[in-house]
Amino acid sequence: MAVDYASLKKGGFMRQKQKNNFSLRLRVVGGNVTAEQLAVIADVAKKYGDGHVHLTSRQSVEIPFVKLDDISEVKAALAEGGVEPGVCGPRVRTVTACQGSEICPSGCIDTYSLAKELDDRYFARELPHKFKFGITGCQNNCLKAEENDLGIKGGIRVAWREADCINCGVCVKACRNGALTQEDGKIVLDESKCNFCGRCFKSCPTEAWDTVHGYIVSFGGLFGNSISTGETILPFIDDHDKLMAVCDAAISFFNDNANPSERFRFTIDRVGADKFREYILDAYNNA
Amino acid sequence: MGDIKIDDKVDITDVVCPTTFVKAKIALEELDDGQILRIRMNDGEPVQNVPRSIKEEGHKILKLTENADGTYDLLVQKVGD
Repeated sequence: MAVDYASLKKGGFMRQKQKNNFSLRLRVVGGNVTAEQLAVIADVAKKYGDGHVHLTSRQSVEIPFVKLDDISEVKAALAEGGVEPGVCGPRVRTVTACQGSEICPSGCIDTYSLAKELDDRYFARELPHKFKFGITGCQNNCLKAEENDLGIKGGIRVAWREADCINCGVCVKACRNGALTQEDGKIVLDESKCNFCGRCFKSCPTEAWDTVHGYIVSFGGLFGNSISTGETILPFIDDHDKLMAVCDAAISFFNDNANPSERFRFTIDRVGADKFREYILDAYNNA
Repeated sequence: MGDIKIDDKVDITDVVCPTTFVKAKIALEELDDGQILRIRMNDGEPVQNVPRSIKEEGHKILKLTENADGTYDLLVQKVGD
């Protein structure tokens, strides 16, 4: 019987140089793996692989040297520990994320919850080419949001609250964009310079800021054979449902307009950045 | 705010991140609850980051002032023993 490599690849089995050996990609969301999952991955790597795993560049785990004949046994063994195969090929890939506001002091959004949600909504969806989501919690950008077809960066929109301010001056120095000045006991925010990093709020001894946590979204990032930085064409998104509407619109634009094997960036360029912007703005305004 | 009584001083201008915060933290450990420490630090990363780290440790920041030589003084009230 001929081996159907395309469906194996779809199911996360990556053909190796070594005949009949596959590197099995696992489904990981937001870079988090439980101890129970790690234990079963270790067992499977020892029993069916060669005793090692590979951590991929996008937060997945692969078990190399899995034999073609063992595939169903391996899948069953992994399922017992709550581990599923991942995907490769033309579809929505692993949703990556930094640790976000649940763990990291710098985080502005709960990246893991958002990664789970995007994974539930889109994972493995068939598209003309691969499509990558990446979520980073703040402007430090540990997760490199703009490398992804759709990148999400957490941010905080701030408004100074005079009543609680002790005029210590810390926020003015914490701001790296020179957006804040202290004049006659008042803090003045130049909104054109603010990048929503939230450092003023996070460093403020009395948290004398009204805050709205939200998202900065970029489109069309690539970091492979071609390199391109994802572009932010929307204002700061302060509403979760609006974010989802924008993600839906990006996916549907790609699905409807891309040629087979054409990455999102090239679809945007070919169809026209203006047309894409109009489409996304429409979703943004009507959500 | 000019009448704040300073109980102790530490100069962290001679070290770099992350030792800046460590040196300040050790100095705070020497104080009693409610006492005030003056931390002298450099412009740039120290003044951008150290106040926030001190806040995250639960201490109370009172004032940040710039000195004539370009360094900054952060006044911190210790919270907890």
